[in-house]
Amino acid sequence: MSALLQIRDVFVRFRLRGGIFSSVGTIDAVTGVSLDIEEGKTYGIVGESGSGKTTLARAVAGLHHASEGSILYRGQELRDLPEAEFRELRREIVMMFQDPIGSLSPRLTIKSLITEPFRIQGMGDRDLDTEAKRLLTMVGLPAEFAARYPYQISGGQARRVGVARALALDPKLLIADEPTAGLDVSIQGEMLNLLARLQDEMGLAIMIITHNLNVVRHITDTVGIMYMGKLVEEGPTEEVFARPQHPYTLALLAANPEPDPDAQLMRVELSGEPPSILRRPKGCEFHTRCPFVQPRCSTDVPVWTAAGEGAHRCHFPEIWTREEAVAS
Amino acid sequence: MAVLDIRDLSVSYATPRGALKALRDVTMKVPEGKITGIVGESGCGKSTLISAIIRLMAPNAKVGSGEVRFKGEDLLSRSEAEMRALRGTEISMVFQDPMQTHNPVLTVGRQMIDIQYRDKLSKADKRKRATEMLALVGIPDPQARLNQYPFEFSGGMRQRIAIAMALMAKPSLLIADEPTTALDATLEVQIIKRLRELQDEIGCSILFISHHLGVIAELCDEVVVMYAGEVVESGTVRDVFHNPAHPYTRALLECDPGHIKVRTRNLPTIPGNIPDLVSLPTGCIFADRCDVRYDACGARPVMATASSGHQAACHLIAEKEPA
Repeated sequence: MSALLQIRDVFVRFRLRGGIFSSVGTIDAVTGVSLDIEEGKTYGIVGESGSGKTTLARAVAGLHHASEGSILYRGQELRDLPEAEFRELRREIVMMFQDPIGSLSPRLTIKSLITEPFRIQGMGDRDLDTEAKRLLTMVGLPAEFAARYPYQISGGQARRVGVARALALDPKLLIADEPTAGLDVSIQGEMLNLLARLQDEMGLAIMIITHNLNVVRHITDTVGIMYMGKLVEEGPTEEVFARPQHPYTLALLAANPEPDPDAQLMRVELSGEPPSILRRPKGCEFHTRCPFVQPRCSTDVPVWTAAGEGAHRCHFPEIWTREEAVAS
Repeated sequence: MAVLDIRDLSVSYATPRGALKALRDVTMKVPEGKITGIVGESGCGKSTLISAIIRLMAPNAKVGSGEVRFKGEDLLSRSEAEMRALRGTEISMVFQDPMQTHNPVLTVGRQMIDIQYRDKLSKADKRKRATEMLALVGIPDPQARLNQYPFEFSGGMRQRIAIAMALMAKPSLLIADEPTTALDATLEVQIIKRLRELQDEIGCSILFISHHLGVIAELCDEVVVMYAGEVVESGTVRDVFHNPAHPYTRALLECDPGHIKVRTRNLPTIPGNIPDLVSLPTGCIFADRCDVRYDACGARPVMATASSGHQAACHLIAEKEPA
């Protein structure tokens, strides 16, 4: 069976507006990403600021226009789909935004917020009180919350309202942009547990966008690592954590300080900062920061190479996956 | 001697509903030449504590009682002019958001020269010092970059500049309020390593505020755990992280997904919410959410010694303590 969502060689390009005298150019925020999301599974996209992960998610949700490539949902092409037709699909493909309170209108009650999807989709004739109650129960909030306003609830509760609203119409694919950013660790788990439970109950496929590897580790089946608009590694989550193939993945894993002062630090330190996507480095785009850089890396572009159950974009994964290189 | 010694500090905010008791009897120290971390979740009073130390409090804040001793002298009794002379020279601060710390319309060099207004040096010497400081925090080609504007630097670079500016006057105490929260993980580790090296070189003491347990474990010598306006545990990072004495610290460590190596779809959480700081519960502040609460928790616990230099505000510790 083919995947629920198939993304093939997608580019998202933005026009760059200069000043009066400067020329107008373009920047490629996403450059040739391909990935599959299976029904009922979770795919985690990990990357740091500016890696293009949110842009990719928004392109899937039809909020950005993909300049090239194809985005197939159940075999239907989403790229260049007219807005009127996309609107129908928004029952099945829903997006949960990053800022939980900011994405809720301060003037509407929680009830109107979580039942808004019914009205938008022309199902406003349903018993909205019952629906609101059902949705609040589903995300573990008391039914009385229906009458409250967003400023009367906490950040964690606002996230739950966001989940209720996204899942109101029983979608097939949920795109969650940083679902735990800004949450305290003591309630971060609640959010992830809730998503996992609802996935099991509803058979939902989830695309999670995050910069936090700890989030990905527990909730996703497959993980893709993005750097400068490209996937640099992809694989089954456990595989990628146990045996990363790309040095950037290793650096991300190592940059996650453990809550233990005596933890054995396998620190792979990156020098410098990510280059500007306006001036992409030649060859492997990671070579300017790679601690294992070789002469070839600055000239040849590495291709997407299958390895085990995953794939990566590195010329020399064997150089640093050798144990002595990692231990030193 | 401790550079900073806070004793029984209580701060409240006037709100329409009544006094919001943001800090209650907070006692903590930053020893000379050490890095002390404060860890706690939203609403634990971290920010109120910093604003009380540097005396930049909200207009509706009121210090109820206590002392903030800096090098032996109580800051709370100082005049505003005396405080102003202290800030930036003896005590300086690095804020959370590197994007908004700098003036966007002045070059970095101009800003770094301006903040040396107290020193009677020539402009060329001030510029030289600014160059040295930028080099110290690891900005390549500092001479040329002094002529650039903040927008020409990335977030990680801007935070380095903020650190350089804070350390310019070689302060005795540097307060860093979540300085790496807005940065990506690979840049976060760079900044932390640099802070550690700078502390060795300059010899200042650092009060480092974070909600990230891993960062505290890596950077700090000692740690203070706060919950809902109270200090619930303090000690060396090793003692607190390896043998947490307070149930809140224990729960917090368990919740940190960095701790959980085996894949699980059911992550630990701390059920419940922090109590309302306007109408506080009478007993232990954490009792509501604590999984080991018992009869004694109806009364407020005092700090008890778990081991030498390691204390926690829990009745269970007080019970074990030899009389």
